[in-house]
Amino acid sequence: MESLKYDLAKIPLREVNQFLHSDASLLNGKHIEINNPNGAHNIAVGLKSEAIVTIHGHAGYYAAGMNQIADVTIEGSVGSGVAENMMSGRVHVKGFASNAAGATANGGLLVIDGDAGLRCGISLKGADIVVGGSVGSFSAFMAQAGNMVILGDAGEGLGDSIYEARLFVRGKVISLGADCEVKTMSLEDRKILVDLLERSGHGDVSPESFTLYGSARTLYHFNVAKSGAY
Amino acid sequence: MSDTPNKIPQTEPHQSATFDKLTNSQIRRAAATGIYDIRGGGAKRKLPHFDDLLFLGASMSRYPLEGYREKCGTDVVLGTRFAKKPIHLKTPVTIAGMSFGALSAPAKEALGRGASAVGTSTTTGDGGMTPEERGQSKTLVYQYLPSRYGMNPDDLRKADAIELVVGQGAKPGGGGMLLGQKISARVAKMRCLPEGIDQRSACRHPDWTGPDDLEIKIAEIREITDWEKPIYVKIGATRPYFDVALAVKAGADVIVLDGMQGGTAATQEVFIEHVGIPILAAIRPAVQSLQDLGMHRKVQLIVSGGIRNGADVAKALALGADAVAIGTAALIALGDNDPELEAEYNKLGTTAGAYDDWHEGRDPAGITTQDPELMKRLDPVKAGHRLANYLTVMTMEAQVIARACGKSHLHNLEPEDLVALTIEASAMAKVPLAGTNWIPGESKF
Repeated sequence: MESLKYDLAKIPLREVNQFLHSDASLLNGKHIEINNPNGAHNIAVGLKSEAIVTIHGHAGYYAAGMNQIADVTIEGSVGSGVAENMMSGRVHVKGFASNAAGATANGGLLVIDGDAGLRCGISLKGADIVVGGSVGSFSAFMAQAGNMVILGDAGEGLGDSIYEARLFVRGKVISLGADCEVKTMSLEDRKILVDLLERSGHGDVSPESFTLYGSARTLYHFNVAKSGAY
Repeated sequence: MSDTPNKIPQTEPHQSATFDKLTNSQIRRAAATGIYDIRGGGAKRKLPHFDDLLFLGASMSRYPLEGYREKCGTDVVLGTRFAKKPIHLKTPVTIAGMSFGALSAPAKEALGRGASAVGTSTTTGDGGMTPEERGQSKTLVYQYLPSRYGMNPDDLRKADAIELVVGQGAKPGGGGMLLGQKISARVAKMRCLPEGIDQRSACRHPDWTGPDDLEIKIAEIREITDWEKPIYVKIGATRPYFDVALAVKAGADVIVLDGMQGGTAATQEVFIEHVGIPILAAIRPAVQSLQDLGMHRKVQLIVSGGIRNGADVAKALALGADAVAIGTAALIALGDNDPELEAEYNKLGTTAGAYDDWHEGRDPAGITTQDPELMKRLDPVKAGHRLANYLTVMTMEAQVIARACGKSHLHNLEPEDLVALTIEASAMAKVPLAGTNWIPGESKF
């Protein structure tokens, strides 16, 4: 596979991102390596090709934001909003992720090997997120669709005001948010969980060790009797 | 006068100014339902506004321009600070953000048609970009909202500018609402929500929490779009001096400042009428902020909230704005609240001009609805033509005033062309009370 290397210590980020926005025919199947990211924000955002990108080191905010199709691996930790609003493709964080990881993501797979901070999967719109460690408070807030698999624990207010997303949690949940409840895991749910565990490198983990959370759907319509929950 | 001893003269029934008929009806409605009132539109109460300002016009010390002969420019360029492709508009009157969902697809198409016909822009809303709207809008501003409903990078790249919405004048600090009646299959799909639910939009952005974060967020959008598109930041008018300064610091190309008269598709009545400030009070602090930073005219200012005619446009520009945006007025031009539909408004328990239950989706004009039969009533071509006419009239009216003040471009209007009719307007707009040199807070009477 052809590999191209960019050194962010020597080349401006703008130049790297502009190259990554080249016509897909120039990028498809190419491996682009980015060295010395040094926590720079907005690395590899807005990709729309079958490029394979590896960031060797830590990235700042919004790494791989709005990703489409591309496969991006961060060999380190990331700041807020990794893979925010991702549409498709795959983003893999080998380290830890800060707040709002995978926020509003519509499609694709976000894998975080370590822990994720607050509001992981906030307003999730259809993507899949697998967190090898734990997630912070208020994760999956208003999550609309998609799946989150959390191998560790979840903080306070998990799934507050959740719509139709599925939350699979293996560890403890400090508290559930408004309208989030334990659900019975159907065969379809289990199949989704098994698939995500396999695709994220956790194929050896038993799906039976997870609890599924989802929406109780009691806040879908304004209701005086529920006013205390709003 | 009667001499009858038993007949004592009676006073007229005295309605309370505090507990007036409207207030009493609001109390009765709350007592009956147990839930707050939700409606569309902006503040309806009487507020200090552009009507409280007058132009002085030319006389001995100013030289007017011939009304039908001499040129008076109306064009505006937005996004000159950072964007590679700034927007060039022929008129400074733009169409404010209104969502597909809140409005029908034909209404969005009509807005695009009308705006494009006169060389101005239209704006998406909380629900994404529709093909009808993109197709009919020569210049389309794509809103980037806290809910991120329908947000995707392909549409981001199709936009001519991107408006990052922090707040709006009708409800600064509040998110949107779209009740179940309007969450049709198409709206639900675009927003990735179950059909028919009462949808509450987020009031905060999910992945940034303050101006320092916003700076990085704006940089991200610039990177995704290769620094081509102007990036607007829209704020509800509350603390305009500081909010404008922070938006400039965060990297905005354009700031959109929306006063409390600016409409919403739906929110609580109490929110609309009691949070935020009138646009008249917000423009001068915003302009002062830009001037203090040396960014006036470098970062453009669009103001909105109760703009109705060319005089309002001219006054907003004279106070320092670069352009204005209209929402409610544009809907009226399309056919909203038309007295010809009075019988149908009566059936809904209201009257033409007062209809504001836009969230219920039963709009007889076919504008604020997702009902397939109702929306057929709006012909997007004819409605677009009406909007184009209206925009043309507003622009010409503003030119009439500018020429009378001796200005060869609308942007040459200045505060010195204005006086105020009331002390409140004088203090807010920082122009003298008519016939005096007095500006409360600025000079001694």
